Amino acid sequence: MDLDPLLLSRIQFAFVVSFHAIFPVFTIGLASFIAVLEGLSWRTQNPVWERLSRFWIQVFAVVFGMGVVSGIVMAFQFGTNWSNFAYAGANFLGPVLSYEVITAFFLEAAFLGVLLFGRGKVPQGIHFFSAVMVATGTFISSFWILSANSWMQTPAGFELRDGLVYVTSWSEAIFNASLAPRFFHMGLASFLTGAFVVAGVSAWYLLRNKDADVHKRALSMSLWLILIAAPAQVVVGDIHGLNTFEHQPTKVAAMEGVWETQNGAPLLLFAWPDQEAQTNHFEIGIPRLASYILTHDWDGEVPGLNEVPREEQPPVAIVFWAFRIMVGIGILMLVFAVAGLALRRKEAYTRTSWFLQGLRLMAVTPFIAVLAGWFVTEVGRAPWLIYEVMTHAEGLTPSLTGGMALFTLIGYIAVYAVVFAAGLYYLMRVLRVGLAPEHEMTTADPSQRAKRPFSAASASWEEEPES
Amino acid sequence: MSDPVFDLTIIWAGIIAFGVIMYVLMDGFDLGLGVLFPFAPSEDARDVMMNSVAPVWDGNETWLILGGAGLLAAFPLVYAVFLPALYIGVFLMLAGLIFRGIAFEFRFKAKTSRYLWNWSFAIGSTVAAFAQGAVVGAYIQGFRVENMAYVGGAFDWLTPFTILTGFGLVAGYALLGATWLIMKSEGSIQNWAFKITPYLLIAVLIVFAVISVWTPFVDPFVKERWFNGVSVIWLLPLFAVLCAGWLLRALKQRRDGSPFVATMGMFLFTYLGLLASKFPYVVPPNYTLWDAASAHSSQLFLLLGLLFVIPIVLVYTAWTYWVFRGKVKAGAGYH
Ligand code: HDD
Ligand code: HEM
Ligand code: HEM
Repeated sequence: MDLDPLLLSRIQFAFVVSFHAIFPVFTIGLASFIAVLEGLSWRTQNPVWERLSRFWIQVFAVVFGMGVVSGIVMAFQFGTNWSNFAYAGANFLGPVLSYEVITAFFLEAAFLGVLLFGRGKVPQGIHFFSAVMVATGTFISSFWILSANSWMQTPAGFELRDGLVYVTSWSEAIFNASLAPRFFHMGLASFLTGAFVVAGVSAWYLLRNKDADVHKRALSMSLWLILIAAPAQVVVGDIHGLNTFEHQPTKVAAMEGVWETQNGAPLLLFAWPDQEAQTNHFEIGIPRLASYILTHDWDGEVPGLNEVPREEQPPVAIVFWAFRIMVGIGILMLVFAVAGLALRRKEAYTRTSWFLQGLRLMAVTPFIAVLAGWFVTEVGRAPWLIYEVMTHAEGLTPSLTGGMALFTLIGYIAVYAVVFAAGLYYLMRVLRVGLAPEHEMTTADPSQRAKRPFSAASASWEEEPES
Repeated sequence: MSDPVFDLTIIWAGIIAFGVIMYVLMDGFDLGLGVLFPFAPSEDARDVMMNSVAPVWDGNETWLILGGAGLLAAFPLVYAVFLPALYIGVFLMLAGLIFRGIAFEFRFKAKTSRYLWNWSFAIGSTVAAFAQGAVVGAYIQGFRVENMAYVGGAFDWLTPFTILTGFGLVAGYALLGATWLIMKSEGSIQNWAFKITPYLLIAVLIVFAVISVWTPFVDPFVKERWFNGVSVIWLLPLFAVLCAGWLLRALKQRRDGSPFVATMGMFLFTYLGLLASKFPYVVPPNYTLWDAASAHSSQLFLLLGLLFVIPIVLVYTAWTYWVFRGKVKAGAGYH
């Protein structure tokens, strides 16, 4: 049997990076939320904020820990499966990824210890400061990694000599054309993820009437955030799309399912893209709307997939559908943002059962939207690894055989399945146990002070009778 | 392509070499505790072993990542040859690190399933240590490289020689772990550590002796370097042996701290000896530091940042250590 190392490596990369990505998007948002809670607690001295913060820090610790272990794998993926790419791009990618380590990872690691275990050992203001530093670290980290990725999408500030990248302008390379929209889109995505998970979990507690007066506050805060972030995401998403239209028109053609260059292109709500026949089946769309969104002219020209040779087209169906899933979820989020506002009067949102049930379900949607968005971005630039500079096939490790790639692919799936099933199971236990009783809050338990992510969570592994 | 004004490549070689030995010494003892884990006399001893490294192992992982990213930035050829050549080994190492990291976190929360996390910690640590040792062996062996890319097979790295270096590092890390435990524990647990350390030392010395005799046969370049007349580098193995002697004496006198320091000394001089054997080749047998280096501007761009940021990193890291200063007391476990 002939195993294709290229295909297997792509599946492997997509798997490990998708797996990694779901943890950071959550921790970035949650870190800021915790920093706000700590700030409120410090300022108002109202114990409610500290109880909430303690609870969410437990969740944060578990998720952050999983982000770290899955991130370590990422640091080696470029070399193991994409060594030609790593070698060719090293002059830019190496320093950028190293900057991420020295400006972000060390910062996160150091202040995480104080955030998780320093309560009572450092003054409250310093504890709050540590929370702010961890949150800052997550943003610095996403800045660098998104710069690396955006450079691969819209390369700039370099020249090629003997097939190797030589940086000619660091500022042009780092602040390349698609960094700004991508950074803000991803930042908002992280806030939305944090907000919808907090809202969903709080709604669940409200439905079960457990510590409702406390969780109500978290719910209210996250609804305000959603009210701002959800519309903002639609606007930034639109700007992002225009940016992509300018720099990667083929990707937009795939997103919109436009095969032939046309004027007055419709916005397709549903279609079945058929790459073989180079056309869509079962099209349902709004006439001329795509042209209007992309060119601000009802009859504007939208370049189609036919502009590039067939072997340079991305897999259209994946891009097309992933894009619709993301945008669909974005609109659903908008609905909940507005509903949350409408239910503000007399705190109706704390009692309206359909709304609370809906929020529970919505807690998973940001993760789906984020992965869908990345699939649009990454699959949509196929076959390019560095856009119009290097293809996937050219970037592959030359010595890699199908058998090796299959072995590690299965290996990673097996390892992650075990490890993350354990993590998820434990997270569920933390949620089940819920807030610590108020009177336990001040006991400074010396055994809890070690500097390790998961040990901040105090629920035990096995089910045990309440004592 | 190198720039004659000032040679950043040598500076970077120094930085990376320093980073590697930092990682080896720091993660070495906590991996070593994992290797010793199944042999610990009691569950209490295991609690102490884990607690003793709890505050530090997290930071050690960040050094490994910096090592990977730093190599990519300063010596991309090393990154782009070692990782494909050691493909399977790297995977095993990462899987080992994941399992032991996660065990670290969950073991204290578990009651009936605790033995599972014990095994996950022990096996994960041992596999990671072995894989790292095999990397050292593979480096001595050299790689088949054409056109700046690895062209050998998936298992070229796995030879009797690299298996030996793999076991060598497992034993070496175990020795580091045992002497660390002497420093950090008391009573019956410390007694146990005192008891096993001499055996581990003997094992390490035997393996290292065999490796030393074998290496010149694996690589003629190394033979040339060592046996072409007497040179100062002969001092390095001599110092390593002196450290072993010091360790023995310290064990007899039941010193607390010096066994660990002596073991670190052994590691340091062996490591310097290894570097001296191969210098200036970083991708043996054909490529030197300068062949493997990245562009001058890339090395400079990152170096400037390092000089500016690392002092700040060291300050706040030191501050967090200060916040958590003091001994983790035995028995004050996670219940
Ligand atoms: C937008 C955010 C984002 C994205 C796209 C990525 N990461 Fe990440 N990564 C983070 C945001 C982040 C973070 C929030 O900073 C994490 C999560 C948990 C943590 O410790 O830091 C992290 C952890 C993390 C770690 C462990 C750091 C530690 O020990 O503290 C490594 C080595 C990487 N990542 C590497 C990567 C690579 C090579 C990626 C690309 C393919 C990648 N990450 C995508
Ligand atoms: C964090 C969220 C991310 C997700 C969910 C994601 C997802 C994906 C997916 C699905 C592919 C497969 C595309 C295909 O094969 O057609 C891919 C490819 C790739 N991505 Fe990303 N990506 C993310 C971030 C990044 C970042 C930050 C970088 C680089 C700095 C990156 C570098 C790559 C590379 C090198 C490939 C080529 C390998 C391949 O095609 O599978 N990705 N990614
Ligand atoms: C409803 C309005 C939205 C629009 C118009 C929109 C638009 C876009 C576009 C055009 C891209 C691809 C950019 C490229 O590949 O160059 C993209 C990517 C992405 N989207 Fe959205 N999006 C929307 C909602 C959302 C929501 C609600 C989320 C998550 C909560 C999200 C998360 C992402 C992510 C993570 C990416 C990949 C990273 C990136 O390239 O920025 N999007 N979005």
